[in-house]
Amino acid sequence: MFSLFLCPRLAGARLVKKAVALLGAWCLVASGASAQSPAPGMQVQQFTLANGLTLIVKPDRRAPTVAHMLWVRVGSMDEVDGSSGVAHALEHMMFKGTPTLKPGEFSRRIAALGGRDNAFTSRDATAYHQQIPAERLEEVMQLEADRFANTQWDDEEFKREIEVVKEERRLRTEDAPRSQLYEYAYAVAFTAAPYRRPIVGWMSDLDAMTSADLRSFYRQWYVPGNAAVVIAGDVDVAQVRAWAEKYYGRIPAGLIPARKPRTEPAQNGLRQIEHKATASQAYVSLMFKVPQLDVSALKDASTPASAASRDALALTVLAAVLDGYSGARLDRALTQGADRVADSAGAYNGLFGRGPQVFFLDGVPAEGKTPSQVLAALRKQIDRIAREGVSQGELQRVKTQWVAAETYKLDAIFSQARELGSNWLNGYPLNANARVVAQLRTITAQEVQSVAARYFGDEQLTLATLVPQPPDPNRKPRLPAAASRH
Amino acid sequence: MLNSIFSRRAIPCLCLGLGLFMHSLSARAALPIQHWTQASGAKVYLVESHGIAMLDVQIDFDAGGRRDPADKAGLSSAMSRMSGKGLAARPGAVALDENQLSEAWADLGAVFTVSSGSDRLSFALRSLSFPDLLAQSVALAARQIGEPAWPEAVWRQERDRISAAIRESDTRPATLAGKAFRAAVYGVHPYGLETTSATLARISTADIQQFYAQHVEPCRAKVSVVGDVTRAQTDALVTALLARLPQRDAARCQALPAVAEVQALNAPTNRSVAFESAQAHVLIGQPGYKRSDPDFFALTVGNYTLGGGGFVSRLTTEVREKRGLTYSVYSYFSPGLHAGAFTIGLQTRPDQAAQAVEVARTVLAKFVAEGPSDAELKAAKDNLVGGFALRIDSNAKLLDNIANIAWNNLPLDYLDTWTAQLEKITATDIKAAFSRKLQPERMVTVVLGAGP
Repeated sequence: MFSLFLCPRLAGARLVKKAVALLGAWCLVASGASAQSPAPGMQVQQFTLANGLTLIVKPDRRAPTVAHMLWVRVGSMDEVDGSSGVAHALEHMMFKGTPTLKPGEFSRRIAALGGRDNAFTSRDATAYHQQIPAERLEEVMQLEADRFANTQWDDEEFKREIEVVKEERRLRTEDAPRSQLYEYAYAVAFTAAPYRRPIVGWMSDLDAMTSADLRSFYRQWYVPGNAAVVIAGDVDVAQVRAWAEKYYGRIPAGLIPARKPRTEPAQNGLRQIEHKATASQAYVSLMFKVPQLDVSALKDASTPASAASRDALALTVLAAVLDGYSGARLDRALTQGADRVADSAGAYNGLFGRGPQVFFLDGVPAEGKTPSQVLAALRKQIDRIAREGVSQGELQRVKTQWVAAETYKLDAIFSQARELGSNWLNGYPLNANARVVAQLRTITAQEVQSVAARYFGDEQLTLATLVPQPPDPNRKPRLPAAASRH
Repeated sequence: MLNSIFSRRAIPCLCLGLGLFMHSLSARAALPIQHWTQASGAKVYLVESHGIAMLDVQIDFDAGGRRDPADKAGLSSAMSRMSGKGLAARPGAVALDENQLSEAWADLGAVFTVSSGSDRLSFALRSLSFPDLLAQSVALAARQIGEPAWPEAVWRQERDRISAAIRESDTRPATLAGKAFRAAVYGVHPYGLETTSATLARISTADIQQFYAQHVEPCRAKVSVVGDVTRAQTDALVTALLARLPQRDAARCQALPAVAEVQALNAPTNRSVAFESAQAHVLIGQPGYKRSDPDFFALTVGNYTLGGGGFVSRLTTEVREKRGLTYSVYSYFSPGLHAGAFTIGLQTRPDQAAQAVEVARTVLAKFVAEGPSDAELKAAKDNLVGGFALRIDSNAKLLDNIANIAWNNLPLDYLDTWTAQLEKITATDIKAAFSRKLQPERMVTVVLGAGP
């Protein structure tokens, strides 16, 4: 998932307001805001149940609603070859019932409670979520605990649902040329690391997938010690804890499978792919392998961050200086003026995650310009920062935006729950977000210049180019593979 | 970068923005809406929300795409895009080019967007509410509303970029299916206008400027405000936001010319479009109804059962759950100042297109003929009434609701009575409303990329 920074501040809304106000609104200096403590009863709290399940509760009384999420620390990166897409297909099957709940009944019950529900699978995690009126929380916890422990389905249900998953793959990957390009780019950028496989799974793996594959994955990974329940909204912490003990606490503990590291070996040279697809615009993407933020950077203000973590933070500032606001460096240099080379250009840094992280640059050539011109222009902007550095004004600007965004994020309890879950997933402390913003504010212009000089050679680069092909109205529609026609 | 998350359910974005999700508020959560009209004629709607030190403002004008001249389709959209491309110099205020303007916004940590829909041109400001900072955000927003520079050279570039994006989009099956559908449903009505390279080529900055001057005046503004401000502060900041527009006597603010209504369809249209893609795209529908229609609540509740209610709708049950034909199938109405389309949409493997169309049509015809069962009606009300609080649980959602009330001239207690209005709806009401609004035998069906 792409989020520029970690979870929102964890303090109560009123206190954040006060904290930011104390800092004189604008010139925000490091660590001041994070030192404020929330009002009693409003802090985010974390508990571990006897069976190993983590419970995280963030009270927010602004409205009588609650976001309830169940996170499982298993995503497509925990799959193995031949079984790509299992985590995601299982997520679909988790709506198919338990001994006491018919297929589809879970969603019907949530809807009847006035709620909305969905789920998602990423490389790093699988998460199930509901947004509900606050007075319905107990019933939702009961339903989710039952589903986590007792999901079952018959093979006919699986046969229908796997066809739905294939349709999802067709919609979101096969008919989406840039998505398809990234699927191939990841497969080339990573050799041993499991990020090389697509989340949705290769089509032939979906064709060959069985109910038994999913059941085995489910039994293996859906154990309390590998999961967290995150609740944000109008709740009483003690009450939520009692319900969690009652419903989730009775699930038997299980063993979390050993995780093989599958460490990505160092890349020592340019990797390059082309992908031809129906499109009118070319597209070029550069993926540079970069270090990520490690947990030591987040522990407390007195522990200095490692050099790798400082680099990861500086790369995040670099991405923002390049593309953090309209009219930032990439926009200005590539997409404006009579001889502009691009219709759009972007930069993004993967600051953290369970697997290896990437700094992305991308661009769409303007009419009459080529992908190699866009490539050269993108790299020229990095080179320029490596030579000349960045201005204090730019640095201050991107930091100001991050601080403001911290307040805006408090407006939605669902995003608060999502970011708390993401912290848990990565083994970060609950206040990781405040710490990250505090750390980002300490990054200097020299550090940004230094990472621009060190991480953008060919050695660590995967270059992917979409080569557009005109649509051919006379060609016949593709026929499905034989295996999927049954 | 893309594809980083796969979800259990696709959320068709149109459904969220229109109709169903546009109205809200429970009796329990009753939030006082303060409303007044300024001397300029601007209508102000305020909900104070002091929990977070932030403010959201939305200003709507009757200057959306429905007012585009047919030969200059895309004018309103071009105007919204160009309004952020720089400020003209005024006494005491220097000119800013597009980069200086966006830097100024970034330096304030504030976000200002201008967008154009079918009906509305909307300005939206989100700022922290600390007084010194808010004053600066309001001052900058006022300049952007009142003094856009409309630079000619930038427009030429933007025109090229938009044209290139249209050409790219025209290689995608969903775009092409949507265009064929809108053309057949709307005919010559402005809701069906498509922006092309040719219509863009006819648009000059003089056109943009003239269109802006005709429509963006204080007397025509509907201003919705949610956040950490008082009524007095709001009145002052709204005055400031509109102060740099030409001022004239509110009494002389003439009504804009009427726009024709969408014409009903006389006969069915079946369009099959050849295309090579991994999925066929299916759209079925017709003109729907206007937001002012008294059937609004009955159609809202009914569509939940037909194709609006996520996993639990009839369309999802029949097309996806029972047959595995699609990842996403939905129905929605898009009521506006005119009868926006009723649409059923799905995508499926090319060889399954005919079967999916058949199933969707059968579900629709049966629902229109019979309406919902008692159990379905109860399920719909349980969700819509029970979930009312979810529609107003953030400043952003509140703003949507207040702006909806302002734009559609709904009563100020609209949110307080919403659940009661909904509870009153009977299965008979729904059946009657659907048979008044939908004629399955005269609908448009577009199937793009079907296979043998």
